[in-house]
Amino acid sequence: MSKKTEEIPDILTGEYFTTGNLAVAEGSLAAGCKYFGGYPITPSSEVAEHMAERLPQVGGHFVQFEDELASIASVLGASWGGWKSCTATSGPGYSLMVENIGLGVMMETPCVIVNVQRGGPSTGLPTLVGQQDVQQARWGSHGDYEIIALSPNSVQECFDLAIDAFNYAEKYRVPVTILMDETIGHMSERLVIPKRSQVKRLNRKKPSDKPGQQIHLPYEADKDLIPPMAVAGEGYRTITTGLTHDARGYPVINASAQKKIVKRLCNKILLNKNDIIKFEEYLLEDAEYVLISFGISSRAAKGAVNLARNKGIKAGLLRLITIWPFADEAIQEMAKKAKVIFVVEINNGQITREVQRAAAKQKADVYGILKLGGSIHTPAEILKEMEEKI
Amino acid sequence: MSDRIEVRFAGFGGQGIALMGRLVGETIALHEKGKTAIMTQSYGPESRGGASSSDVVIDTTEIDFPKATHYDYFVCMSEEAYTKYIGRMKERGVMFVEEDLVILDAHAKKASKIFKIPATALAETLGSKLYANICMLGYVCANTDLFKEKDFMKVMKDKVRARFIENNIKAFNLGKNHKG
Repeated sequence: MSKKTEEIPDILTGEYFTTGNLAVAEGSLAAGCKYFGGYPITPSSEVAEHMAERLPQVGGHFVQFEDELASIASVLGASWGGWKSCTATSGPGYSLMVENIGLGVMMETPCVIVNVQRGGPSTGLPTLVGQQDVQQARWGSHGDYEIIALSPNSVQECFDLAIDAFNYAEKYRVPVTILMDETIGHMSERLVIPKRSQVKRLNRKKPSDKPGQQIHLPYEADKDLIPPMAVAGEGYRTITTGLTHDARGYPVINASAQKKIVKRLCNKILLNKNDIIKFEEYLLEDAEYVLISFGISSRAAKGAVNLARNKGIKAGLLRLITIWPFADEAIQEMAKKAKVIFVVEINNGQITREVQRAAAKQKADVYGILKLGGSIHTPAEILKEMEEKI
Repeated sequence: MSDRIEVRFAGFGGQGIALMGRLVGETIALHEKGKTAIMTQSYGPESRGGASSSDVVIDTTEIDFPKATHYDYFVCMSEEAYTKYIGRMKERGVMFVEEDLVILDAHAKKASKIFKIPATALAETLGSKLYANICMLGYVCANTDLFKEKDFMKVMKDKVRARFIENNIKAFNLGKNHKG
């Protein structure tokens, strides 16, 4: 510990010129994160490095593990110990984490996973940008479930969405992934960290019954489908498991228990889509040609919209801030009005396919403007591909 | 309307090329009213030994594309970096070169102006060639409107270790007062 705890606050209000990786770390601290368990991996390592320095300053804990399997397991454990917890990794590390992310879904464990994406598959392009893990964030673990994933496109948003990610995790008791990328992670721009009074922190619901009683139902959900969460040491008799379980938390291995829990795990997210799904609309009012993008690609897409408008092409941008759950309704509406939808992403069409599904049977055709990992689109490249289809 | 300006700093590993971008980026992003700036740097195999580069993109509006593709200003501190990056300088771009480390060829003719400085040799008069980057920035500051000296000094004093501040100020002044 370099300085005394009370000297350095968890919210470093002020103006900075810093990177996305440091901003997501500071956003996590501002959200109240007190635990980071991780294994460094390019291009996310600065997140771990910064948390290792900062967490002890704010009364938190940092542990570097032998691998990503242990890291994510510790993050779940820390959450059950009552700490807001997170980890940061990149594609290969995320692949190792997905099993326990599924456990986090089933045990309804609030936690945050930062994935600073690089090109894959496998070890792929360690030092270069990619957006190839977007479907993995959705379907990485086995079984049916709904999950939340957010994608920042600026250093400021890395900070802001880290706070949102922790708040969603606490509110809905679900692992939340922040899908960053190498470019956002490493580029520097202005970051404003607000005053403490302007940072909204949500905390998980606590049980209303008294601790120490014989009967406590850790998975008895309220009307909002979310069960209150007791944490270790509070005196509640709590059982949690990855097996299909009932309100007591006891394993119940049959079809009706499975239907009940999986439906609830999905619906607690799906019925709250309006609270979770965020997107930015840019010049969509009269747009005939709509670009849909996210993360770093969305900045180039916005540039392409401006270039197109200068040439008299009525273009607009729908930027997905929340990737999962997917903004089906907004895209469907867009597809009724637009002539063509272009999806700009650094992968082989992972979100393009999703947009095609959401826009099915509507007026607009959907095309991907795709790059594989390694570099980002330029606005001129995007415009050129648009013009070929217009 | 975009007033986008792209600056590329380039040299070899160890010259403090990334620091040049970081200092200039922060000076503009936090101190120039009405301007935004993004700094990116070479990362990966290309930055492990050999050529190193950092880009600062400046605009009066939100910056869409964060990397420099056609430089308005090319600040070049090594021969390898010159050969590698000169092709992407704009026609009529402005060049700053470490004259003892860069041999210019016909490609440099597209520059509207070439400022030359023996930054490394000047830095060595202060006891270390490590000050060459700040010396170069003093020269850039004096000959462009990119950033203001007083803002740069605030940022530099905040980012550089205390015991190096005095010599960095001297290095900046050597660059500022150099007549190319």
